[in-house]
Amino acid sequence: MDPTEALEEHFRRTVEGEQRIEPRDWMPDAYRATLVRQIAQHAHSEIIGMQPEGNWITRAPSLRRKAILMAKVQDEAGHGLYLYAAAETLGTSRDQLLDLLHRGRQKYSSIFNYPTLTWADVGAIGWLVDGAAITNQIPLCRCSYGPYARAMTRICKEESFHQRQGFELLHTLSHGTAAQLAMAQDAVNRWWWPSLMMFGPPDAESAHGARSAAWRIKRHSNDELRQRFVDMTVPQSEVLGVSLPDPELRWNAERGHYDFGALDWEEFRAVVRGDGPCNRQRLAHRVAAHEEGAWVREAALAYAEKRRREPAA
Amino acid sequence: MSSSGEWPLWEVFVRSRRGLSHTHAGSIHAADATMALRNARDVYTRRGEGSSIWVVPASAITASSPDEKDPFFDPAADKVYRHPTFYDIPDEVRNL
Repeated sequence: MDPTEALEEHFRRTVEGEQRIEPRDWMPDAYRATLVRQIAQHAHSEIIGMQPEGNWITRAPSLRRKAILMAKVQDEAGHGLYLYAAAETLGTSRDQLLDLLHRGRQKYSSIFNYPTLTWADVGAIGWLVDGAAITNQIPLCRCSYGPYARAMTRICKEESFHQRQGFELLHTLSHGTAAQLAMAQDAVNRWWWPSLMMFGPPDAESAHGARSAAWRIKRHSNDELRQRFVDMTVPQSEVLGVSLPDPELRWNAERGHYDFGALDWEEFRAVVRGDGPCNRQRLAHRVAAHEEGAWVREAALAYAEKRRREPAA
Repeated sequence: MSSSGEWPLWEVFVRSRRGLSHTHAGSIHAADATMALRNARDVYTRRGEGSSIWVVPASAITASSPDEKDPFFDPAADKVYRHPTFYDIPDEVRNL
């Protein structure tokens, strides 16, 4: 056995034995590249995801809701930082990843390219978007790469608050005036399908599925997770008193699952391609925030350097 | 200071409460130690997870290879007599 084969064999046995790979372990180049791509995309999603909800902080209807929303948006920043830190353990720098995002070379979740038109959207994002994210993320807590799994464990604990505050917000609206109920229903109508698309293309078209499964990065297929989310969410919608905008949605006793209608994958591909309602705005805002903050980063470094050379008396 | 102008990397260790040791929580970037402590607080203890934080420049850490096959840990592998269960004690002996 040549040395590379021995390393590959050791890696394979570690992963298949449900042990974790740690930063200084040998790993196949493609495993490293896949993780960098996935973790970076995930980190970018958290950071870009601050924008749609941040849009409503100044207009939250009460101090309670404003404090909650600020804590949630702050959490998204924190989640982005956990994930960038995990990606950095693979030998890439934070600046490199941000640069790839800003040049459109790395993606973030398409869901954040939809606008938040009303206050009820904040609730729909918490309930549906964060609910879908949690469904995707819980299996990642057992991902074969240690730093990513640890970041996900922390994130999942915190996301639970995000989903519950969204549900509570919508529940308050849907049990309020007729206008409030209509606002909640409208938000659910707009966010339902994009939330289902968060699980990615159907299994038959999923580009990296099989290999990621063998590497224990991904443990369930896109369609499995999508079905799981639908099954959990439909009974919750009944408690909320809102309908889901799918005439084909119904319980299938034979399968033990809800059947649901076909997703508009043309829309999905258009948003991924950059032609969603807010793609340009989201990226432009991110780039501006980064560039306008450059002087702060430089000043902090200059100050630290000065202190190092002239220790306080 | 990194040549790219990126803030240096710090490893963060958090003591969750009195009586426990500091445990590695993750890493952050900061220009200096004071900022590293503040950033670590904001990133890793937003829900009262900590009563004390250490930050260490990542470049100051020397690490062994985590690979379990590493001969570094071999000296411990064959010394079962370091464990209490190695010894045969008559059943009737109490409190030992």
